Amino acid sequence: MLELSSKELQRAVEELSGQKVFACYQCGKCSASCPFAAEMDLTPRQVLEYIMDGRVEVLNSNTIWICASCFSCMARCPNGIDISKVMEALRQLLLRSGRDQLDLLKIPEADLKEIPQIAFIAGARKLIG
Amino acid sequence: MKVLYYPGCSLKTVAESFERSAKLAMAALGVELVELERWNCCGTVSALTTDDLMHQLAPIRNLIRVQEAGEERLVTLCAMCYNTLKRADLWVAQHPEELAKINAFLDEEPDYRGKVRVLHLLELLRDELGFATVKERVVRPLTGLRVIPYYGCLLLRPREVGLDSAENPRILEDLIVALGAEPVDTPYKTQCCGSYHTTTHKEIVAKRAHAILSSAREHGGEVLISSCPLCSFNLDNRQRLVRELYDGFAPVPVLYFTELLGLALGLDPQAWISEQHYVDPRPLLEEHQLLKR
Repeated sequence: MLELSSKELQRAVEELSGQKVFACYQCGKCSASCPFAAEMDLTPRQVLEYIMDGRVEVLNSNTIWICASCFSCMARCPNGIDISKVMEALRQLLLRSGRDQLDLLKIPEADLKEIPQIAFIAGARKLIG
Repeated sequence: MKVLYYPGCSLKTVAESFERSAKLAMAALGVELVELERWNCCGTVSALTTDDLMHQLAPIRNLIRVQEAGEERLVTLCAMCYNTLKRADLWVAQHPEELAKINAFLDEEPDYRGKVRVLHLLELLRDELGFATVKERVVRPLTGLRVIPYYGCLLLRPREVGLDSAENPRILEDLIVALGAEPVDTPYKTQCCGSYHTTTHKEIVAKRAHAILSSAREHGGEVLISSCPLCSFNLDNRQRLVRELYDGFAPVPVLYFTELLGLALGLDPQAWISEQHYVDPRPLLEEHQLLKR
């Protein structure tokens, strides 16, 4: 895990995302709207809760990598928090310290021919630092 | 009418049927889609962190190409290109200091002046030609065809970029009605297809595709239409995996909205339908007498 204090995590997330994380009142609309919530170890609401509580182990959550920036949560947040930007900030904190999640060289030849390029580029942008 | 348009990478490879059908259908409506010269990658996804100027360069460079062509608008087909180009344009309009930095960095290019409007082809059809005009030009009404409009994410969200209501869009339904077909409403029409997880988490995408397509079938849909090469791939080609994972799944053909438009305008779909469709749409089209056996 990154060596971050609780305060450093909170400051980094707010700076990188440009979002006021502490405006969250934990209604859970983001989690209810998220089409991937069932795949996540922490729901989007819990990710916000962990950040507000300064729990740096949020950086170990698979949620950060499952979030595909579909913007359902941000479209519905009653407090106007762009949660997809909060997720991006968490991803970037890890990716900028060299924790890549995707190795393009390991993608099978058949997939390279079949899958639209936009999937590889989007994946590289989200999963490689 | 000539309109400057931006194809993007996938329309030149795995989604050729999208570009071909769009060009032919628009030509039938009297609109020539003129490809932007020297276009580059749209950026694919928007930069979402406050300090990430580097990933605004690709979309802004494309908008500079539009300026060079002496145009003030750019029409897109792919939902990802639409979203990324339009979002970059809105972002620099709201961040003039950052635009100055980008212009200084791109010193080999003329400055971007922020006068380009990024449009989706659906907006051109709705707002400039009008669906009433489209309806008048229909020579082969798609009577009885039950079509599932699938929006996905990037035509609608974030709201400032969306071409229609984020929660209750109508634009695809209105097009379907104009073409004489019947729109089928499903609760999944604005939900994510799984996006780029199709490279590394195929099973997540198959789960999404199963949910979206099963709901479409339950509501009586026969064919799904999309405006994104990645949504189309995930909902069409991933049906191979869906069939392996879920018993009793009935396949659903997936078309680009421009293919449906071309059919209703009387064009021969053999001109664009290729082996790129995993679920063959031809039997359904034959059943509805839209394609000769």
